[in-house]
Amino acid sequence: MNKTGMTIAEKILAFKSGKTKTEAGEFVEAKADLTITNDTSGHILVRAFKQVGIPRIWDSEKFVICLDHLVPADNPQTASNHNLIRQFVQDQKIRHFFDINEGVHLQVACEKGLVRPGMLIPGNDSHCTMFGALGAFGTGISIPETVELLAIGKLWFKVPSTIKLDLYGDLPSMVTPKDIILEIIGKFGADGTIYKAVEFSGSAIKAISMDGRFTLCNMAVEMGAKIGIIEPDETTIEYLKKRTNQPFQIVRNDSNAKFERVESLDVSTIEPKVSLPHKVDSVVSVREVKGVKINQAFIGSCTNGRFSDLQIAAQILKGHQVHPSARLIVNPASKEVYLKTLDEGVLKILIESGAVICNPGCGACIGATKGVLGDGEICISSTSRNFRGRMGSDKAKVFLASPATVAASAITGEITDPRRFV
Amino acid sequence: MRDLIRKGRAWKYGDSIDSDQIYPGKYMHIHVPAEAAKHLMEGVDLQFSQKVRRGDFLVVGKNFGLGSIRGGVHLAFEHLRLGGIVAESFSRGFFRSCISEGIPVLECPGAVAKIETGDVIEVNFTTGEVQNLTRNEVIKGNKLPTFIIEKIFSGGSIPLLRKMFAARPE
Repeated sequence: MNKTGMTIAEKILAFKSGKTKTEAGEFVEAKADLTITNDTSGHILVRAFKQVGIPRIWDSEKFVICLDHLVPADNPQTASNHNLIRQFVQDQKIRHFFDINEGVHLQVACEKGLVRPGMLIPGNDSHCTMFGALGAFGTGISIPETVELLAIGKLWFKVPSTIKLDLYGDLPSMVTPKDIILEIIGKFGADGTIYKAVEFSGSAIKAISMDGRFTLCNMAVEMGAKIGIIEPDETTIEYLKKRTNQPFQIVRNDSNAKFERVESLDVSTIEPKVSLPHKVDSVVSVREVKGVKINQAFIGSCTNGRFSDLQIAAQILKGHQVHPSARLIVNPASKEVYLKTLDEGVLKILIESGAVICNPGCGACIGATKGVLGDGEICISSTSRNFRGRMGSDKAKVFLASPATVAASAITGEITDPRRFV
Repeated sequence: MRDLIRKGRAWKYGDSIDSDQIYPGKYMHIHVPAEAAKHLMEGVDLQFSQKVRRGDFLVVGKNFGLGSIRGGVHLAFEHLRLGGIVAESFSRGFFRSCISEGIPVLECPGAVAKIETGDVIEVNFTTGEVQNLTRNEVIKGNKLPTFIIEKIFSGGSIPLLRKMFAARPE
């Protein structure tokens, strides 16, 4: 008898809801392994939790709080919000608390070994899809839903169907995972995979480092996906080995799993890409917009602020200066990235080229701190969103690109194909 | 169970209204609901919060709410108490947010073409039907599962939790 198997997404939700089988479209109530918040949602979350009227959270080991969006505090209200969170952490004896020095919460949770294969991690940030790079089911939830998790540890889910992307071919020089995901988002559209699991698989994925895998899964949400997921392999295990001694269970697709559809993409044909203001899914090749003058270039965020992102930028910027009419701002995604780029001389190259290095955190991506855009300004950014007003003035324009393209553009002061600097 | 019906004035806006139009990042430090409410939908309509009344409906296009999950939206909703949101389609994160806030949501392809700002609509969430009382038209939406409708009409996550824990003996 040929019984249909389960996808990774179906399996994780089955395990976590105590079932032997779930199928796409089914509703389940599943127990979370972890939940996570940051400072800008966290202060509202803490206040909302207090409305429930219970003294303690469900499990003080399963809640990660990291101050990362507005750090260090940039106004008295933010400072008070941070203190409210710190007090809550103390009162609830929350172990996984990371203060303003650590970096972007999603990155920090991965680096600290808190995200492991097979886990269910609904969190307070839409980019929780990033956890799929480690084979975990990570997805964004609202403040009241996070309150539910804090109170009872479980939540309802609709089991998603899976769109499997088979990526093959060799990625050309100066073309990065960011270009792959922009290409894919351009094809599917911003609402192309709403409520779906998007699985990245194939020989091209095997060749991509963890840094690049995080970028792919991180941006799956930009086409509406509920999760992005990559089946763990040696690269995943190597990453985890250095970071945790906790046991984990790798969840794989059954050989007879049912996918909504499978699509192939030859990554050797991909060119450096940009997404045009103000829609993430209006994607074109860099050469189609080359020459557009920029005022600011930004490298950072949970999407592209990791070691390899800063490294490729330094490789391009070495021996060059940031164009006099532009500025380059760099935010390492975490303290770990900050230290590694410091140790390996990456920061030195960036600083010598004229870059401003900001402390680890979300930085300019959210348009609320350090690198806010003014009226009429144009920015090329390695981040994930270019919505109107996202990075400051609603009269500014943001182009999204890879850190390589951002670095190349910083040198010339206009949108530039990074292959010019090979 | 009686049909769950709400009636209210419609405010119509377009497609792909993202998180930064619904609640700009620069207000992320705000924690007072009335303050947060002043900025809801600011990116599409600066006057929205002044015009909208309790019970009014948002009628919006495709992929409503794409992007970030903003805590301020929770506060704004808590304050404004909209009648509901009817959309051609929702982003997943926003859709779930509304359910957990007790904001009735209905996915209703075709609604935007048949509803104008100022129309009075009556939405039957039990059947998934939208009646435009001003234009005398009926539009069929995608009915939600009963447990979700019940969750919404119990006020969402926090009132449900309060009730659950209040009923529990110490």
